[in-house]
Amino acid sequence: MRLINRHPGRLTRTALVALPFLLAFGAYAIGSDIRLTANPSDKLLPAPSTIAETAHRLFTMPDQRSEKILLWGDTAASLIRLGLGVGISAVLATILGLLIGLLPYVRATLAGFVAVVSMIPPLAVLPILFIVFGLGELSKVVLIIVGILPFLIRDLSARVIEIPREMIVKAETLGASTFVIALRVALPQLLPRLIQAVRLSLGPAWLFLIAAEAIAAERGLGYRIFLVRRFLAMDIILTYVIWITFLAFMMDMVLRWLSRRLFPWTEASL
Amino acid sequence: MSFVVARDIFQSYGTRPILQRVNVTVEEGEFISIVGASGCGKSTFLRLLLAQERPTRGEIRVAGAEPAEEPGRDRGVVFQRYSVFPHMTVRDNIVAGESFRTRWGMFSGAAKRAARDRADETLRRIGLDHVADQYPATLSGGMQQRLAIGQALTAKPRILLLDEPFGALDPGTRLSMHDFLQDLREETGMTVFMVTHDLEEGFKLGDRVLVFDKPRWDPHDPNAYGATITYDFDARDGGIPFQRIKEDTHVFRPA
Ligand SMILES: Nc1ncnc2c1ncn2[C@@H]1O[C@H](COP(=O)(O)OP(=O)(O)O)[C@@H](O)[C@H]1O
Ligand SMILES: [Mg+2]
Repeated sequence: MRLINRHPGRLTRTALVALPFLLAFGAYAIGSDIRLTANPSDKLLPAPSTIAETAHRLFTMPDQRSEKILLWGDTAASLIRLGLGVGISAVLATILGLLIGLLPYVRATLAGFVAVVSMIPPLAVLPILFIVFGLGELSKVVLIIVGILPFLIRDLSARVIEIPREMIVKAETLGASTFVIALRVALPQLLPRLIQAVRLSLGPAWLFLIAAEAIAAERGLGYRIFLVRRFLAMDIILTYVIWITFLAFMMDMVLRWLSRRLFPWTEASL
Repeated sequence: MSFVVARDIFQSYGTRPILQRVNVTVEEGEFISIVGASGCGKSTFLRLLLAQERPTRGEIRVAGAEPAEEPGRDRGVVFQRYSVFPHMTVRDNIVAGESFRTRWGMFSGAAKRAARDRADETLRRIGLDHVADQYPATLSGGMQQRLAIGQALTAKPRILLLDEPFGALDPGTRLSMHDFLQDLREETGMTVFMVTHDLEEGFKLGDRVLVFDKPRWDPHDPNAYGATITYDFDARDGGIPFQRIKEDTHVFRPA
């Protein structure tokens, strides 16, 4: 039988899914063991057990000075920044995507501009954002917006333009105004795409968030990682990296679930 | 004055003429079938009737009014595809036929309940009441087109435009759609324009059959000329006009 027609069974599939994770973990454990045997005070590859202990401490023990658990504070600070940046971008992109996709006048005015602006490397304007918006929360949120909004606008306006003309004309023959077409025809068909686009832009959003936090912040996951880098605290860094990965993965899962839950009609067409 | 008057219509895309010198008048309540080779401009003519496009030259008037500038509620349309809204249930698609003309495009409260009841009545009549809560994608092709026609009629247009509405259906479904369309037409007495690539269908359903074709053909440049109406058949009695016995009094007629 051809390879393209051979499918793993249920059990094999589960084993195959787990395999790369186990291999990566095994490789790390062996590497760490070799280094620690050679030099017990080596900090580069802390033993998995050390990381587990550190993680437990970070998640449960309050900081001596502030008497707060730093990891939760960092998480809250980062998630608020990320949520604001992504949320504001999503709302703006939906509105602008609809306007660009539906109205030829707005399209003529903005499409070229957005295409050019989306070529600006966001990190290159980060210093400007710090100068203009200060070192507080605003500049971090704005960096995320600058980073992902142009992509979202381009993606969503393209989706609106893709809506078959027949459907728009049909709505016109039912007496729908431009506003009703936007609200009742274009927007509902755009929302599942919005969730997809947001899922795609979460990666860049985390990147910009951590970059901004690394440079100027008092709290946040990225701030903490870059702070403890000075003490070569690999166990803390790795705990944070795993935690960030987990958060990002959960967000993706939730968005996927939301998309299936809220828009059953997209499933029906499969 | 006739109900629909198309006078001296020319339509070109770029430098390429698609339609030229199209003249036709249609009375209210007539069923017009439009046939012709693929790509000769039938859909283009329908888009002009719909006012989705304006002709390069000439004008189309309905009921003596000024030529329309954009599609509106007086002209309903059913395309071969994409004629229903995939994100709305079957019932909501019918309700949209009434609600889209409102400011927010939807009803609330008592008006909503009343519209839903009317929609359910419509669905019963077009035989889709058992799938009222499903999404269109779960329906067969014939059911989707029935829904599209029901939705168009809910807005009570004066003219119904159909662009190969049954083109993607299997022969059996097609026949039942013919009955469905004939029943609806009897009820509403609407003016209908239907593009079809099936001559038999055109003659069966239409009162007239318009044939679009190129009157001149340049072998060196096939795109040099546009199409026009080359035949306008009387299609009542299946297109055989002289069999009807007009005189009642002096002619013996078997019972
Ligand atoms: N918007 C357009 N721009 C340019 N060419 C078009 C456009 N719409 C249709 N055409 C061309 O006009 C011709 C007639 O198209 P159409 O009316 O769809 O033919 P049909 O008789 O098959 O419905 C086709 O050759 C098509 O390529
Ligand atoms: Mg066509």
